[in-house]
Formats: sequence, structure tokens, C-alpha cells
Amino acid sequence: MSMDDDNGGATQILAGLLQARTGQVISPGRYWRVETSLKSVLAEYCIPDIDTLVAALLGAENDELVQSCVEAMLNNESYFFRDTAMFTMIRTQVMPALQKGRADSRRLRIWCAGCSTGQEAYSLAMQFADDRQKWAGWDIEIVGTDISESVLERARSGRYSQFEIQRGLSVTRMLRYFQQDGEDWEISPDIRAKVKFRADNITRPSGDMGQFDLILCRNVLLYFAPETRHMAFSRLARSLANDGYLMLGAAETVIGQTTSFNACREIRGVYTLRDAATRTNRPVLDANWPFAQEA
Amino acid sequence: MKTCLVVDDSKVIRKVARHILETLDFNVEEAADGREALDRCSSQLPDVVLLDWNMPVMSGIDFLTALRRSENGEKPKVVFCTTENGLGHIQAAIDAGADEYVMKPFDRETLQSKLQIVGAA
Repeated sequence: MSMDDDNGGATQILAGLLQARTGQVISPGRYWRVETSLKSVLAEYCIPDIDTLVAALLGAENDELVQSCVEAMLNNESYFFRDTAMFTMIRTQVMPALQKGRADSRRLRIWCAGCSTGQEAYSLAMQFADDRQKWAGWDIEIVGTDISESVLERARSGRYSQFEIQRGLSVTRMLRYFQQDGEDWEISPDIRAKVKFRADNITRPSGDMGQFDLILCRNVLLYFAPETRHMAFSRLARSLANDGYLMLGAAETVIGQTTSFNACREIRGVYTLRDAATRTNRPVLDANWPFAQEA
Repeated sequence: MKTCLVVDDSKVIRKVARHILETLDFNVEEAADGREALDRCSSQLPDVVLLDWNMPVMSGIDFLTALRRSENGEKPKVVFCTTENGLGHIQAAIDAGADEYVMKPFDRETLQSKLQIVGAA
């Protein structure tokens, strides 16, 4: 839908609501997505069209309706082992480096920021379970956060549809880590117990969860306006251990976005705190990894 | 360019799969049942087989069993693509030598991710 359409004003207001509540920006070229994503809300509240919906939102305080609209407009697409090259890199490069660096404490904390329905966090948990002997005796904490309570509820349930289960997940892992329950597939209690989910807005300074050794914030920041993105980077910088690693989505970068992070010299797509190497003994990554950048 | 043999008795499914696979840079061959698929494999082995379960003449599982017993029959990656979504069928397919399993309906991302998992895309 373009701004020239009859309800372009309503669409703009709804997109503004999403940005104000979450930081996510919907560009005018994608305003058509607003009406599509709100169809379920219109049906649930018996509201005939989005003009009437906006009138209802503006007419009286209705937090439940506002929250329903915001959650419906959020882009929650996620699937298991999304970007297989990245998961391979985590397994073969980042984790060995962190394992070396944390050999004394044998403790790792990982944050999946903007975890949506949990596939990324559970993918990491499955990857650790695949390598259970290597990580025996380690205390590994995986925390998934999202702004949307409804997606967190789904993440905590560990239940996925047939369509969701096979997106990115190998049949071997599906058989190993899931049980079929009617039309759905439910993740095994062992894997579910390894991940904790909690509500959090990455653009807000509140919600201190301590420091993490690895933060995955993938395909989240690209939906933010520059000033919101800057706030998110500040939060990520505060939450990352001095010798920890930040990973963004394939289409995202820190370059020109923040002064808090440097692109890791050894691996493309991995970021470290600026000047952190002088403060701690950062584990050295293997420069033989195929993604290693040329000097 | 890799070759994928699509084995399905549904012309519509073959057409949909062909369209997706061609966008993924595959050369696509088609067979309407397991027997026809075996004949094609005996003249030239594809890199990947996208295989339906229930077909006339020869089922997918019978085709897979025969393929894996044939000379060089272990080479093609076989991805079942079927409406059979029960655990028993999935396990039977893996036991017979399938590399991956797609439950219909499927979309481009699902198929692409499965082909990546078997190292074919």
C-alpha cells in the first residue's frame, strides 16, 4: 500500500506506533505489510478496517489492543540454524576461542537478542548438545530475549509446526531433539532446559542481565532507525565481556554505525569491543578459517 | 551445474519443484514413479534425488532401496519429499538410506535449507 491510498494516514500512524514502542521502522515502501500483518487483530477484535482500528487506538486507552497491534506488526521471522555458515563458524572458530579463554572458569554466557520464537537459541543449545563431550563440566547459559511476550511464550513452549520444524533443521537433529505431538513437534526437555527466555527491549538501558561472552543480535538492528540503532549498540557494548564477541546478521555491520565495536580482523561478521584487546587477553581466532579476511 | 531428479507422480508437484530448483541453479530431470527413476539413474546418476513416497509402479522407499544397492547408488543425495509425516515413515526413510526428509507442503526456503544440509546447494 502506498501513502496515496485511502488509509495511508492510518498506516503511517500504525507504523509510528511500532517505531515508538519497539524501535522497528517500516519504510513507506513496505507499508503494505502493516495491513497484512494486522488482519488477525482486526478479526480478533471485530474491527472492520485499519481506519477504525486507528480511531479505536486514539479514542481511548486500550493497552491490550495497542500491544496486540505492536506484536502483530513485529517482524518475527526465524528458523533453525538460519545461516548455516555462521553456525559452522560459531562451532569451529568462536567456541574453541572462547573455550580457551574461559578454561579457568569453565563458564559461558550467550545472549540471543531479538530471539523471536526461539529457533536461534535452541539451535545453539542443540549444537552444544551435539558436542556434549567437548563441553562436559561447563556451565553454559543461553538467554533469549525479545520485546514481544507472545513470541516468548511460543519460544518457552518449544513447540513448532511441521512447517517451522523443517526450515533449516536437519532430519537427524529433528529425530534426536524433538518429539512429535500431533501436528506439532516439541523440543526435548533437555534442550529446552538449556535456554532461558525473558522480555527485554534492546533499545532501553534497563534490564541489566550481566555480561555475556557471545551476543547474537542478528537481523534486528536493520529494522531500527539510526538513532535507535545507536542506543542498541550502546546496550550491546555494555553487555559484552571485554573479550567477548558480537555477531550480527549478514546484512548488518558496525561500520559507520557505532564507535563501540571493531570488526574482528580474523573473521568477517564477528565484532569485538574497540580497544578491548589491550584490556584483556583475548583468545586468538584461527586465521585459517575460510572466512578470514585477507590482511 | 548440479542435476536433481524429481520423482513424483504429481505433475503439479514436479512443476513446482522444477521451478524452485531451477531458481537454485539446478538442472532438473523428472520421473513419474520409482521404476522410471531407476531407469534414469542407470543411464546417468543425478547429484540429488527429490523423492515422493507414494507412487504407482514403484514406491519411493522401494526405489531408494534399489538405488542404494546398485553400483554407485550411494552417491546421489536423496531427499524424501512426501505427505507422509509420521515418525515411523521418517525413521524408515533414514534407515533405507535417505539423507534428508521434507514434509509437504514445502516452500523454497525449506527445500533450499535441506539441499544445503546435504551439501547440494
